[in-house]
Amino acid sequence: MAVVFTKTQGLTDAQTHYCPGCTHGIAHRIVAEALEELGLVGSAVGIAPVGCSVFAYQYFNCDMLQAPHGRAPAVATGVKRVRPENLVFTYQGDGDLAAIGTAETVHAAARGENITVIFINNAIYGMTGGQMAPTSLPGQVTQTTPNGRDPRIAGFPVRICEMLSTLPGTAYAERVSLDCVKNVRKAKQAVLKAFTYQMQGYGFTIVEMLSACPTNWGLAPTEALAWVRDNMIPYYPLGVFCDRRVER
Amino acid sequence: MARKVLAKGNEALAEAAIAAGCRGFFGYPITPQTDVAAYMARRMPQVGGVYVQAESEIAAVNMVMGAAAAGARALTSSSSPGISLKSETISYLAGCDLPAVIINMQRAGPGLGGIQPSQADYFQATKGLAHGDFHLIVLAPYSVQEMADFMVLAFDLADRYRTPVMLLGDGMLGQMMEPVVFPEPVKTLPEKSWAVTGTKGKRPPNIINSLYIQPDELETLVLERYKRYEAIQREETRFETFFADDAEVLLTAYGSTARIAKSAVLALREKGVKAGLFRPVTLWPFPQEALRQAAAAAEYVLCVEMSMGQMVEDVRLAVNGAKPVHFYGRTGGVVPSPAEIIEQVTRIREGS
Repeated sequence: MAVVFTKTQGLTDAQTHYCPGCTHGIAHRIVAEALEELGLVGSAVGIAPVGCSVFAYQYFNCDMLQAPHGRAPAVATGVKRVRPENLVFTYQGDGDLAAIGTAETVHAAARGENITVIFINNAIYGMTGGQMAPTSLPGQVTQTTPNGRDPRIAGFPVRICEMLSTLPGTAYAERVSLDCVKNVRKAKQAVLKAFTYQMQGYGFTIVEMLSACPTNWGLAPTEALAWVRDNMIPYYPLGVFCDRRVER
Repeated sequence: MARKVLAKGNEALAEAAIAAGCRGFFGYPITPQTDVAAYMARRMPQVGGVYVQAESEIAAVNMVMGAAAAGARALTSSSSPGISLKSETISYLAGCDLPAVIINMQRAGPGLGGIQPSQADYFQATKGLAHGDFHLIVLAPYSVQEMADFMVLAFDLADRYRTPVMLLGDGMLGQMMEPVVFPEPVKTLPEKSWAVTGTKGKRPPNIINSLYIQPDELETLVLERYKRYEAIQREETRFETFFADDAEVLLTAYGSTARIAKSAVLALREKGVKAGLFRPVTLWPFPQEALRQAAAAAEYVLCVEMSMGQMVEDVRLAVNGAKPVHFYGRTGGVVPSPAEIIEQVTRIREGS
């Protein structure tokens, strides 16, 4: 029988711990396929965060390092500066990247650090059971905003790609969505581009992926994908926010 | 022949780190250690190394974590409040078995405290720097020469035992100038087959991690690490004695306070008082047995520190009630004088 599909070599055979309907699996596959297609699995050093994707070090089939909460871009900086020939990426959720690790994120971009950040934005803290994230939407009900996020009390969600694209060190910032096949394909193109830019030495690259968390949103998987479309995309518009191909 | 040069403590540290093969320095400005970073900013590019001024103490030590994980000899330097900020990641370094060196040129605390010399971070360095069961090797130089020598030792110990090592100085040691002979540059660095350098398709992925969800798995790892700590205690405990053999009055002090204590010992000897000094060089592992033996012949022990009394707890544990242990300390950045130590000895002798 003809083999029509095989799993990417960029992932290990470990069974993931992600919940049914969670889009981390899609995001992992996109990153891993991009590594494989660019011939970078053997070059890559990945930095796992704290949060739902903490176990990413078991899933990516490349050298992996697990960072303290929010510090992945600083850890990646250390790796990349002493191993500039390697592809270095972080894989971080919204709490890790946009709350506790905001300083590390912003300054890695400001330095034009030649790393790639894969940013999973699902508008909630998943691992700890569904608390408000820096990217939770106004009105969104979470464990710590039981009456919905009230911006007068809990402030406004952070738009990371828009913010980072103002920094000259950011070579590439794109927001994609994992809600449907068409957008998943675009997401893969974005990751391919980000990795390619890094290997060209253009500087800091980030791909933000709008992702679903059915478990903590209290929705069925298909409803969760619709929620990404109907609620997240209007607040977090998709697209390329900056594209600067300047060799350093 | 090795050339003797006049060097400032903080610069001697930095130059010795380069001799030790350190090619990654990640820092953040804080008085009184900023000249380490300033020196590195100038020197690192000359030797093909990396210097990054981080956005915070936290980011700096995480860059060290990344560089160490990627197999480089990496260093960060700070002073007391900055070490508090670094502490979480130092626990990760220990939990990931990563070799790295952290310099603390202590200033006075708590809080923002002051910028004058202090030894009030002894507890932090040797007991409870951060969460979890772990130790750091803590080296306490007391001269510019030792600052240089211990820098090489720190990197060697870090690699040999795969553990973070702290070099614990103070503002006075960092700022003083003394003649120093720099260590010979290290020619070959140890292989690090565990480092994250990319598999190149030739080996299974290396994973550097401190998360273990299964309690028995984590317990086993911690127990193995503590076996290594036992080896460190056995092999790497260091101390110096000064007129201690026949001492009736045994002073204990480390770092720059030990220099002052040495002056006091000599002055007391001139007055006919048989004084001596026991100087711990490794604060962890603490030279417990050697101190117990040194104290055995003395009438009493006087521990002198620039703190409200931190190392004195280890001194008391070592002496274990066999002899009276007294304490004299100044804090807040105040440096004790030889005269004050002599006065304390006189008071104790007079029983007041």
